[in-house]
Parts: sequence; C-alpha cells; structure tokens
Amino acid sequence: MGNCVGATWLPLEDDGVHDPLAPGVRLLQQPAEALGRLTPDSAGNYVRWVEALDKGEIKPREALRSKAAPRFRDDDILLNLKGGMPIVRFPHRAHTLWLDCSNCHDHLFKAVAGANKLSMFAILQGEQCGVCHGAVSFPLTECTRCHSVARSAVNGKPAQAAQGGALVPAAK
Amino acid sequence: MAPRPTTGPIGRALAALLTLLFVLAFLDIEPARAEYGDVVINNYSDAAGMRPVVFPHWFHRIRFRCKVCHADLGFQFKAGGNQINMAKIIDGQFCGACHNGDIAWSVENCNLCHSAKPGTVTQVHESTIQKLAAPAEPARK
Ligand code: HEC
Ligand code: HEC
Ligand code: HEC
Ligand code: HEC
Ligand code: HEC
Ligand code: HEC
Repeated sequence: MGNCVGATWLPLEDDGVHDPLAPGVRLLQQPAEALGRLTPDSAGNYVRWVEALDKGEIKPREALRSKAAPRFRDDDILLNLKGGMPIVRFPHRAHTLWLDCSNCHDHLFKAVAGANKLSMFAILQGEQCGVCHGAVSFPLTECTRCHSVARSAVNGKPAQAAQGGALVPAAK
Repeated sequence: MAPRPTTGPIGRALAALLTLLFVLAFLDIEPARAEYGDVVINNYSDAAGMRPVVFPHWFHRIRFRCKVCHADLGFQFKAGGNQINMAKIIDGQFCGACHNGDIAWSVENCNLCHSAKPGTVTQVHESTIQKLAAPAEPARK
C-alpha cells in the first residue's frame, strides 16, 4: 500500500510528542535533515533501512562492549503455506544485519522452520513479528512486504527453508 | 483443510482488525507523513516534575544497529520495561553506556532527553498497534 508522493517529515515541535516549549527541542536534529538523505520508502520512517545500510549511506556500529564476532545468517524461510494471503517470506539476512540471534531465538521464535504457531491476530497485537513491525520497523500496513510470495509459486508443503540454512561469516 | 480465517470468534476479530487496518492505511495516504516511532519513557518523570523522556530510534539506528542496545547493552524490547532512572544512567547503565561524555554527550544535558509534553504516556508513539488501540483519535490536526 502506501502510495509514495513525496514523504513529509513533520518538524519535532509539531510531532505531538515533543513539547514545543521544551528548551531542548530546538537543539535536536530535525528528522527531515537526517532521513531525507537516505533511500526513500513510502511508509513508516520513510526510509528503506536495509537498502540504506547495503548502499553504505549509513554505517551503524555493530558492537560496543561485546568482543564476539557479529552473527549473520542469510537463508529465507517461507511461512504460512496454507492460508488465503500470499505466502510470507522471512529473510534472515535483512534481520541479522541489524539484530542478534538472541533478539528472536528462542524467546520470540523457536529456531526450527515450521515449529512456531504464527498468526496475524497475534502480530496485530504487537507479538511475534509485531514486536518490531508496527513499532520500529516498517509498519504492518505494508502487507505485501511480508506476504510476498505468490501461492502458485510453491506447492503447499509445511513451512520450509527456501535455501540451505548456512551461517555466513561476518561481512566486514 | 485450512481453517477459514473469517469464521469463529478469532476469525471475526481478525477480520475486524484487518478492515480497520485497511481503513487506517488509506487514511494515512494523503498527505503522506512519516511515523517516527519514538519511545516516550515516563515511569517517573512526571511525578518528579521533569518532562518525560523521548528516545528516537530513527536517530540512534543511523549510528548503532539494534543488537548494540538490545543484545550488547541489554535493553528489553518493552517501552518503559527497563526501569531506567538517573542513578543507573550516571552509573553507566542504559542511556549512560553512551551518554557519558565519551561516546555521546553526557547527562548534564537534561533538556535533550527530557523533551516530551508533560503527561505523555509511556509507549511507542505513532505505531500501527497504537493506532489500532485508539482508532478514534484523528491521525493529524
Ligand atoms: C511483518 C510481516 C507481516 C505483515 C506486514 C503482514 N502480515 Fe499477515 N501474516 C504474517 C505472518 C507471519 C502470518 C502467519 C503465517 C503462518 O500461518 O504461519 C500472517 C498471516 C496472515 C493471515 C492468515 C493466514 C492467511 O494467509 O490467510 C492473514 C489473513 C493475513 N496475514 C493478512 C494480512 C494483511 C491483510 C496484512 C496487511 C494489513 C498483513 N497480513 C500484513 C506476517 C505479516
Ligand atoms: C527477527 C527475528 C530473527 C532473528 C534475529 C534470527 N532469526 Fe532465526 N528464525 C526466525 C524465524 C521467524 C524463523 C522461522 C521459524 C518458523 O518457521 O516457525 C527462524 C528460523 C531459524 C532456524 C530454523 C531454520 C530451518 O531451516 O529449520 C534456525 C537454525 C535459525 N533461525 C537460526 C538463527 C540464527 C543462527 C540467527 C542469528 C545469526 C537467527 N536465526 C536470527 C527469526 C529470527
Ligand atoms: C526483533 C525485531 C523484528 C522482528 C521480531 C521481526 N522483524 Fe522483520 N525486520 C526487522 C528490521 C529491523 C528490519 C529492517 C527494515 C526495517 O527496519 O524497516 C526488518 C525487515 C523485514 C523485512 C524486509 C526486508 C527488506 O529487505 O527490506 C521483511 C519481509 C520482514 N522484516 C519480515 C518479518 C516477518 C515475517 C517477521 C515475523 C516472522 C519479522 N519480520 C519479525 C525487525 C524485526
Ligand atoms: C541520556 C538521556 C537523559 C539525560 C541527559 C537526563 N535524563 Fe533524566 N532520565 C532519563 C530516563 C530515560 C529516565 C527514566 C524516565 C522515566 O521513566 O520517567 C530519567 C528519569 C529522570 C528522573 C526521574 C527518575 C529519577 O531517577 O529520579 C529525574 C528526576 C531526572 N531524570 C532528572 C534529570 C536531570 C535533572 C537531568 C540533567 C542533570 C537528566 N535527568 C538528564 C534520561 C535522561
Ligand atoms: C541506542 C539504543 C537503541 C538502539 C540502537 C535500538 N533500540 Fe530499540 N529501544 C531502545 C530503548 C531505550 C527502548 C525503550 C526501552 C524502555 O523504555 O525501557 C527501546 C525499545 C524498543 C522496542 C519496544 C517497543 C515497544 O513496543 O514497547 C522495540 C520493538 C525495539 N526497541 C526495537 C528495536 C529495533 C528493531 C532496533 C534496530 C532497528 C532498535 N530497537 C534499536 C534502545 C535502542
Ligand atoms: C549505544 C549508544 C547510545 C545509547 C545506549 C543511547 N544513546 Fe542517545 N545518542 C547516542 C549518540 C552517539 C548520539 C549523538 C551524539 C552527538 O551527536 O554528539 C545520541 C543522541 C541522543 C539524543 C539527541 C538526538 C538529536 O536530535 O540530536 C537524544 C535525545 C538521545 N540520544 C536520547 C537517548 C536516551 C533517552 C537514551 C536511553 C534511553 C539513549 N539516548 C541511549 C548514543 C546512544
């Protein structure tokens, strides 16, 4: 959805959260200044965060105190092979660029394809994928970004890994 | 046979939620406006006579990946769920892991963090979920 017609970033003093009278507000960076330079999106923050990272527009740090090498994984998992909506493709790569395995495994999802009972109802209540999507990451109104694989492209097997589940070495 | 999503109480609730979501999505189209998803933290601020704290994810994720705060530094995924207070910050925990005059400016800049309208509730603002919870509230003035 989200039909892009030039994103608008409201100034902080009008965002409904900041107090226009607070002395700090005029010292803070305006979102338009920072986000207007990044690959645009049509919803949420109006930034394609994965692309912005891939293109090197931003270089967020991966660790502060931890000395362990960051962990990545690049397989896709197909979820929901029997509903009416297009199938959900879960990309580990886009997630592990930003997140650590422990952010999801095992408190949000068991690390076995097909082992989780996922539901749109729970997601819309801010559970499962909805912990981040709808709060910090692209919003739940972007149905087709998750429901992205035509049902005709897959022949109705239970949730499966679309590619081999290889752990890839840290890309530096 | 897969259960039909539109039958049964859960199915009906799901259908209602999805309809609402579609309506909201269309309401949002004009004029296109970004959602910042800022977290307001106000467990203690109002009571202490300080403006509540605004934590901007968009600003921080340009500089740090989620894993830095949510794995390395141990922030839980829950607005207000970390029981942050000034003693912990000065001790180098939570915001204080960075706002220490070394990685970022230090705690004496009270006004940069305490900048929300007094009385703002602790939650992620402008999220899809928040809009579902308060659909009657118009998205803009
Ligand atoms: C963040 C990813 C995500 C977004 C965005 C999303 N969904 Fe889903 N959806 C899922 C997942 C995951 C499931 C559960 C899959 C399963 O059954 O294992 C699901 C299941 C469903 C189901 C029930 C199963 C089916 O196929 O009938 C419906 C209906 C549905 N979604 C509709 C929507 C609609 C409408 C939107 C947009 C308003 C949407 N979803 C947006 C991830 C998402
Ligand atoms: C954003 C959340 C998230 C992150 C971060 C994440 N995973 Fe996953 N992982 C999932 C989901 C969702 C599934 C699919 C579960 C299902 O099908 O029910 C999954 C499945 C798996 C599986 C099962 C694959 C299979 O083919 O059976 C393994 C193994 C796994 N993850 C390992 C990892 C590792 C290692 C990391 C870190 C490098 C990681 N995951 C990071 C959400 C995540
Ligand atoms: C712990 C937080 C978290 C959870 C849980 C999570 N995601 Fe994400 N997801 C992210 C982040 C961060 C991104 C990067 C893009 C952004 O922030 O908008 C992302 C991006 C994506 C993308 C787009 C990738 C791209 O190339 O732009 C898809 C599709 C997606 N998620 C689907 C899902 C599905 C389906 C689930 C549930 C099975 C899920 N996510 C659960 C945080 C999460
Ligand atoms: C880096 C951000 C940051 C800065 C700078 C900061 N605070 Fe806070 N402060 C917080 C957070 C987060 C909380 C927890 C908010 C809540 O739950 O209400 C908090 C809570 C408080 C509280 C209530 C709880 C307690 O610990 O007593 C007071 C009073 C307070 N701050 C005063 C100050 C003063 C005075 C300054 C400047 C000397 C300051 N703060 C600077 C982030 C900050
Ligand atoms: C600089 C530190 C920092 C970074 C980086 C960061 N977060 Fe957060 N996150 C926080 C803080 C602080 C909170 C609020 C915690 C509190 O109120 O106790 C929070 C809360 C959350 C919540 C809970 C929101 C709710 O609904 O209650 C989610 C989900 C979340 N973050 C996801 C992410 C994702 C996804 C990323 C990466 C795109 C990310 N965070 C990057 C510090 C960070
Ligand atoms: C991982 C490190 C890190 C953590 C943890 C962190 N910050 Fe920051 N924060 C930064 C950096 C770096 C800057 C930019 C400093 C600069 O511009 O010199 C910043 C800037 C800010 C700004 C100013 C944004 C602007 O518009 O200029 C605010 C407000 C802020 N942080 C609030 C918080 C609060 C509240 C917390 C805790 C809930 C927190 N930060 C935790 C690193 C962090």
